[in-house]
Amino acid sequence: MTAPLTSLDRPNSYIGRSVPRPNAKRLLAGRGRYVSDLRLPRMLYAAFLRSPHAHAKIVSINTEPARAIEGVHLVATGVDLAEICTPWTGTLDHFKGMTSAPQWPLPVDRVVWAGQAVVAVVAESRAIAEDALELIEVDYDDLPVVVDLDVAREAGGPLVNPGSVNNICFRSQLDNGTVDDAFAHAAHVVEEEFTFGRHTAVTLEPRAIVADYDPAAGMLTVHHGTQTPYQFQDLYSRHYDIPESRVRVIASDIGGSFGMKLHVYHEDMAVVGLSILLGRPVKYVADRMESFVSDIHARDHRVRARMALDAKGGILAMDVEDLTAIGAFSTYPRTSVVEGNQVIRLMGAPYRFENYRATLEVIFQNKVQTSQYRAVGHPIACAVTERLVDMAAAKLGLDPFAIRAQNVIPDDAYPQTSPTGYRFEALSHQACLKRLHQMMDYDGLRAEQADLRKRGIHRGIGIAAFVEITNPSPAFYGVGGARISSQDGAILSLTPSGEVRCLISVTEQGQGTEAIISQIVADQLGLAQEHVKVITGDTEVTPHGGATWACRGAGIGGETALQATRALKRNILEIAALILQEQPSALDIIDGQVVDAATRNQRMPISEIARIAYFRSDTLPPGTQAQLTVSHHFAPQGYPFAFTNGIQGCLLEVDVETGLIKLLKHFIVEDCGRVINPMLVDEQLRGGVVQGLGAALFEECRYSDTGQLVNGSLADYLVPMPMEMPDIVIAHVETPTADTELGAKGVGEAGTAAASACVLNAVNDALAPFGATINSIPITPMKVLTALKRF
Amino acid sequence: MSGFDDSLLNEADETVRIRMVVNGRKVAWEVAPRETLVDCLRDRLELTGTHAGCEMGACGACLVQLDGRAVHSCLIFAVQADGATIDTIEGLSERGAIADLQAEFHRRNALQCGFCTPGMLVNAHELLSQVAQPSREEIRDALSGNYCRCTGYEAIVDAIDAVAKARGTSGGVT
Ligand code: FES
Ligand code: FES
Repeated sequence: MTAPLTSLDRPNSYIGRSVPRPNAKRLLAGRGRYVSDLRLPRMLYAAFLRSPHAHAKIVSINTEPARAIEGVHLVATGVDLAEICTPWTGTLDHFKGMTSAPQWPLPVDRVVWAGQAVVAVVAESRAIAEDALELIEVDYDDLPVVVDLDVAREAGGPLVNPGSVNNICFRSQLDNGTVDDAFAHAAHVVEEEFTFGRHTAVTLEPRAIVADYDPAAGMLTVHHGTQTPYQFQDLYSRHYDIPESRVRVIASDIGGSFGMKLHVYHEDMAVVGLSILLGRPVKYVADRMESFVSDIHARDHRVRARMALDAKGGILAMDVEDLTAIGAFSTYPRTSVVEGNQVIRLMGAPYRFENYRATLEVIFQNKVQTSQYRAVGHPIACAVTERLVDMAAAKLGLDPFAIRAQNVIPDDAYPQTSPTGYRFEALSHQACLKRLHQMMDYDGLRAEQADLRKRGIHRGIGIAAFVEITNPSPAFYGVGGARISSQDGAILSLTPSGEVRCLISVTEQGQGTEAIISQIVADQLGLAQEHVKVITGDTEVTPHGGATWACRGAGIGGETALQATRALKRNILEIAALILQEQPSALDIIDGQVVDAATRNQRMPISEIARIAYFRSDTLPPGTQAQLTVSHHFAPQGYPFAFTNGIQGCLLEVDVETGLIKLLKHFIVEDCGRVINPMLVDEQLRGGVVQGLGAALFEECRYSDTGQLVNGSLADYLVPMPMEMPDIVIAHVETPTADTELGAKGVGEAGTAAASACVLNAVNDALAPFGATINSIPITPMKVLTALKRF
Repeated sequence: MSGFDDSLLNEADETVRIRMVVNGRKVAWEVAPRETLVDCLRDRLELTGTHAGCEMGACGACLVQLDGRAVHSCLIFAVQADGATIDTIEGLSERGAIADLQAEFHRRNALQCGFCTPGMLVNAHELLSQVAQPSREEIRDALSGNYCRCTGYEAIVDAIDAVAKARGTSGGVT
């Protein structure tokens, strides 16, 4: 018996195939080339003195003793760097009325969070630089510290930025429909206030940068552990006034990023300035303590939300207020309001209802900045929506699956516009719901749960549907005036020996960009994958593009590669046709061989075409110019975003004596359109889920009343470990986007988007027999015991 | 006028001569007492496969073998390793000691950014040399000193499990 042939049985069909990542072998042998590994000739090391105060005026700085240490080359303050670097402001034009104070590499007169870098020392080793830091004296005058959200909002209270009228960064409102009326006439209303703690990315490799300014060439080269090299090329060029073509940013292997490494950090800007001042390479690698106090944090929301339903459980309206606290500045250049903006726009996204109202208030406080981190805004919108849906189900006596099945936008009802203004091309909530129900053996689990409850074992089952934003168009940042590209570019060459080299603007941080791009190129050209070399992460070599963020690598980068490859293939076949005296349309390429399209008979290897074109062009017909390198750019058109969807399920056990929660199993059904490499997609999902589970149960950046981060180490800040994590079962539904040939959408944030919502619902399900509820994340044992009134 | 404290510089200047066998090669050098083993391996020998993720013994990125046992090189001063035999990810790779683990990690994509991976492999190697057929629970438990922020751990557990089984059936390491 042989199975029927599928498209994967064609030679060189790599799209849809689980092939391992070629570059992973290097990493497995300890041969990664992370920025933290880099050492350049004459390189010096920077270290930073950090503010012990959350808010204080800088009265004076004495750097003399530090300068005197042997091996110290430079001690620089904010004033020194402000002379060569123009300030930046983290606002976007399309967020009307948004404010944020100007920022310099190091503060010139005031510190605004505990841990802010104040003085830089550059020395022959990091150890010498740190010795020197101990000799620097800074005289501070304490200013009132704004830590608490309510204090920050008090009229007449202390201000984070003394020049401003209040601590509001941004306010926004959406009002669609007749919300008050819907609530007035609703049969049922559910309402809750939720809090979401601050988390941080904790990439295993901390932030790392080596800036190398060569005064003789007027050229700045920056080796930067970032996911967005082009954005930094532009920023270094503009803020240090160096022509863009003389700024090169190289992002080689990156030890994790998750959105955290695409923001402008004060130390990174400073290191560029230090290298310019010294004319020598300067390296800075944050240590773990520094990462905790200076990497962006994320989330930190308080949301009040209510949902109105009709007598049968149909959703009528949502009314939401999101307060989000972002630290002392809005980050640059993407701003810190994108998260809140996405929270209010993703609320209720899976469901069909008409009346929606939301208020967003983004508030400054004396803490490190919060900003975009994996699944920006998604986990908040999802947790609030899905918890309200579960509360409604409980009130109406409906099963969680049943109420969702009743309310999700039907799979055949697209295109649809959400009440918050998002346009959905095609989603598959019904299919996903059905699939999850089966996959979990939901009825079986419910029966087991009931049984176990009788024996004092309290299991919870939670589900959460989600919608994820991917493939962002210029509507995301470009319209706001940020020089952040939504297009990507690829340069593809057939080499003289018949291989293909692909330079592409999307970057690799471990998710497998290089692998999927080589799959697409090999597939489309008709070549074995090992003959495709993909090069990423160097602004001097690869064409300009948005790079990898907001799940655009496969959807936009992949489409760019696909279109570029088709162009190269056309060129190859045109030359082949000249040589073979054929019509190009009668030819095709399989396994690196030009073949007759109809019979698949081999005609000549593409290496032979390359050889003739490069070395014996005299044998080609007069006028032939062989174009064996093509460059191609692609920007998304059509829908402003390619939304994906899915649903997650969670099974856990709550120990009602200790409050400890044991995750037993996690389930996810996901629809990211065309899947290019199922194994990589699954691993992205698992990694994403685990980050969401960490947020749900363990992770929180906790501050004291005076604005000190009190758990800023890996011993105190809990990151999920293998023992605590469940196995994660995955299934796919595929609804390709019709906006591209490839049909792929993103998948990197889907896991994180709904994981904490699922856990929240599951814990509440487990606690239901006790009449106890939890509405705050992370769900610590203490919160469980408090809810159970046992603490 | 400099208010420089001379004792600081003296202390930092003081060095101790140490010798060890690293990846099969004898090395000798002068180290400051405050230098950690991970810094020495990375900076002096350019063995950058050993990573530092936390420098406090929490994350496991810096695991190396010292006299045949996995240790945190961030928690050991170089002077403490005087006379020891050290194997890093580079040495283990080159002599093929973990080739089956590496192949299985690769096949299952049990790594993403790869920063935790050398430490994971050293730990997995240690586990399988102690327990020939660990259960999945035991594997998860053994890995609980190794953070990975990218994967969901599951593929790593699967890979180690598969290698343990393969070694068992091939009558290899017991
Ligand atoms: S660096 Fe040694 S355990 Fe983290
Ligand atoms: S693969 Fe990135 S930390 Fe493990």
